[in-house]
Amino acid sequence: MAEFLQILISGLAAGSIYALAAVGFTLLWQASQTINFAQGEFVMLPAFFVLIGIGFGLPLWLAVLAALVVSLLVLGVFFKKLLVEPMLPHGTLPLVIATIALGLLMKESVKEFYSATAQPFPSIFPEGTISLFGAVVSWTDVGNLVTAMVAIGALQLFLDRTRTGRCMQATAQNPAVAEILGVNIKRMVLYTFLINAGLSCIASVLISPVYLAKFSNGETIGLVAFIAAIVGGFNQIRGALVGGLLIGVIDNLSAVYVSAQYRAAVPLVLLIVIILVRPQGLLGTSEGRTV
Amino acid sequence: MRRLAPLLILAGIAALVLAPLGQGNYITYTLCSWLIFSIAAMGLNLTLGYAGQVSLAQASFMGIGAYATALLTMAGVHWLLAAPLAMLLCFVIGLALGYPALRVQHHFLAFVTLAFNTLVFLVLRNEEWLTGGSLGLVGIPRPDFWLVSTMKQLPFYYFTLVCFLASAGAMYWIVRSPWGRAFRALRENPVRAESLGLKIRRQTLLAFAIGSAFGGGAGAIVAPLVQFIEPGSFALVHSFKILLMVIVGGSGYFLGPVLGAAVVVLLPELLRGFQDYYLILYASFVIVLMIYSPTGLIGLGAKLAAKFKPAREERRDLQQGAQL
Amino acid sequence: MLKHLLGASALALALASPALADLKVGSISELSGAGAAAGTNWHDGLVMAFDEINADGGILGEKVEVLSYDSQTDPQVSRALVQKAIDEGAYALMGTVYSGSTIVNMLVSQQAGIPQITGSESPKITAMGNPYIFRTAFGAQKGIPKLVGYLKEQGITKMAVAYANTEFGKGGHDAFMAEAKTAGIEVVAEVPSEQAQTDFAADVVKLKGTGAQAIFVYYTEEESARFLREAQKQSIGIPLYGDTTLIGQKVIDLAGGAAEGVMGHVGLTSDADVPLVKEMVDKFKAKFNYTPDHNAIKGYLGAYALKYATEIAGEADSEKVAETMHGLTLKASEYPGVLMDMSWDDTGEVSRASFLVKVENGHQTVIKQLPAN
Repeated sequence: MAEFLQILISGLAAGSIYALAAVGFTLLWQASQTINFAQGEFVMLPAFFVLIGIGFGLPLWLAVLAALVVSLLVLGVFFKKLLVEPMLPHGTLPLVIATIALGLLMKESVKEFYSATAQPFPSIFPEGTISLFGAVVSWTDVGNLVTAMVAIGALQLFLDRTRTGRCMQATAQNPAVAEILGVNIKRMVLYTFLINAGLSCIASVLISPVYLAKFSNGETIGLVAFIAAIVGGFNQIRGALVGGLLIGVIDNLSAVYVSAQYRAAVPLVLLIVIILVRPQGLLGTSEGRTV
Repeated sequence: MRRLAPLLILAGIAALVLAPLGQGNYITYTLCSWLIFSIAAMGLNLTLGYAGQVSLAQASFMGIGAYATALLTMAGVHWLLAAPLAMLLCFVIGLALGYPALRVQHHFLAFVTLAFNTLVFLVLRNEEWLTGGSLGLVGIPRPDFWLVSTMKQLPFYYFTLVCFLASAGAMYWIVRSPWGRAFRALRENPVRAESLGLKIRRQTLLAFAIGSAFGGGAGAIVAPLVQFIEPGSFALVHSFKILLMVIVGGSGYFLGPVLGAAVVVLLPELLRGFQDYYLILYASFVIVLMIYSPTGLIGLGAKLAAKFKPAREERRDLQQGAQL
Repeated sequence: MLKHLLGASALALALASPALADLKVGSISELSGAGAAAGTNWHDGLVMAFDEINADGGILGEKVEVLSYDSQTDPQVSRALVQKAIDEGAYALMGTVYSGSTIVNMLVSQQAGIPQITGSESPKITAMGNPYIFRTAFGAQKGIPKLVGYLKEQGITKMAVAYANTEFGKGGHDAFMAEAKTAGIEVVAEVPSEQAQTDFAADVVKLKGTGAQAIFVYYTEEESARFLREAQKQSIGIPLYGDTTLIGQKVIDLAGGAAEGVMGHVGLTSDADVPLVKEMVDKFKAKFNYTPDHNAIKGYLGAYALKYATEIAGEADSEKVAETMHGLTLKASEYPGVLMDMSWDDTGEVSRASFLVKVENGHQTVIKQLPAN
């Protein structure tokens, strides 16, 4: 029982970070039909902004803040203006290819210009653990889970309760109509990109103390975010949340109870089953088109 | 132009025949790699460029083809029998994978194949009794054609070239046949194609399965070329690599994948001076290319030619159907 | 053409510049891709060694030109580059670190009859009967018996194994399983992990519940650090043993205190209490601005081993160098470039002393030196 609880808690802590990446992924998809294959690298990169800040002698909190600003600028504004916008008229496929190339570019740049080896990364939460019915829970786990939930909860409130948030939803659902109704859709799409950049930065700061900052970290996170988004529902924020948590837990459970050699296969099989049985995802609503 | 075509093709083949003469083993080997990746990319081009479906599993089909060929030839079966069997296997797996995936929404083939590629990798790595696990299979024999042995690099190149020309010929026939032309009708206007009596799903499924078989064919040549295969060579990142080949060259153009494969295989060589930075340069190049010419290098050429009569492009981001 | 020119005016040139760039050594290593960290270390190590060798008059009075190629951690590319190095006239090859590429490269270098000095530690390499392959560090099948011998001395009879499910980890796992069997140690659990795995929570949970007296841990450096952190977090309470990659200084730094008390067998380490090694590490740090790992040391001494073997052979002839290296012993007192006494057997396998160390206060402490086997 203690063993199961331990796995569950570890899985939720990891899953909450996957959820952050998956939510950003979903938002971009909704707002601009961007399937961002560089999403993993978006989570990898901000950690290095923090490390550079620390290298300049900034205290951790200031370095994180600076990293957030740089992330909003680079992963939000520049990504949209320089890459996505010029490519939107071409349709989705060239953009998919460009994001694959962007991921490669980010990965290789970090490797060449920062370091090819993993770097220790300071935790923003205190060290130490607590015991819970026999399971060991670290403050980092608790902090990650709470931070991620608060971030996603706040985002959901923003989208549901504010005028801007609803305009963003309208833009996602039907850009042409939203534009006619006077919504500045370009600005709304930009907000989406900024939110994604912010979520990526948070995820990066949360995950790097555990993963260690490394240029190749994005490979795993990107794939997991992708699976979480589809499993949960490609067009729902809470879908991505549930998907992220689910994948985190399933990954850990299957490593212990199914097969460590095939642990990576279980989420993938789940993905295929979901696509076949319930293509809109667990919590998604059908988009109702076949072609 | 039409009358020139056979001449151009002959000149191209002559160039390929003459290319390795007087070159070292390395150049010859690299040319082999290029032709092999061209075959795989041509297959993906059928799926992507003609049928409009993204497959992210081409490397895994190469893997299935390579492992099947390796195991069969190492058990004493001749390559001439092993390779078609490997391709057939890929074709069948393509059908089995594509059938349910295409039954649901249009763009989900991309996601299913993405998962499939990693699953194949895991099976290749974990099923040690069959595949040798992470240590791979070593010592795959090169085919022997009674009078000619392909053990040396130059004969192997000509063997690869024959396979390449056969594949290209088959692909040309597929694309030009009335059956193949339907692909393009499908890509350009699926609704209309369906109303004209085309079975979209069956057509797309066949395109995917044939494309996968081409991947298997490429794998069947890679195995004896390298004489060693391991799961890592067929991981997801290699599927991305092949996808980039098709797009960079120009998807939907017959020679696009061949050009794209040339860029990817020969690029590290061309950018030697930049050493470790070549991937950064390559990635930047792809991004810029996508911005200015989403139809790839061939599209770029066509675009430059048509510069004087710009066509109006629809804002597809506003469409509901703007999908993968 | 160049050679003719050189031959015709050899004397004149010899007077003008005593050393000619005439000896070519091909280096194929993982400068990009998954193996970049290991390959870069290895490559920097050998480049530094050849720079020193050239500054010191080269090999047999001739300057060495290193032809460096990037295998991209892809066996297919790697094989092509071996062809290329041979086409360009390399008389010997250095590399690679990853066993997959080394095994492919061996096929080509064997056909061409060119010695190949590798950094790979997979047991399979020297078991293939290839007369042109030489290691720089002994394979897992030689290192692990030393550790298992010690474990047996400690009265351990039940163990669990945690390993990376890659060609590297598999090599260590297989060697351990074989050795444990002969030593009568029961292996109660085997827990494989993915390459570059980041989340070790489930692995540690599984290991905790096995009732093992000790755990043999065989990952590469970064996974080791992540594993140790998770093991500490869940207060695993079972002694951990491993090899070089579990207790290197880099792992200790990355694990942030979680490596305390971990023990293991270390072949080559930048922390070894050997003056020549310390000197090499200092030079390396000054030159490349980072601490070398065992791969850098392997690259460094591999380059020197080639130099010494060539000079003992008397000429830079591929065949002769390979012959010379079989059964060769190089004493560090006489041949300082190899850093520690080492010898090669008929299969190209290496024998060298190694250390049993424990992590204490953030540093390795040598518990005892283990003789070469």
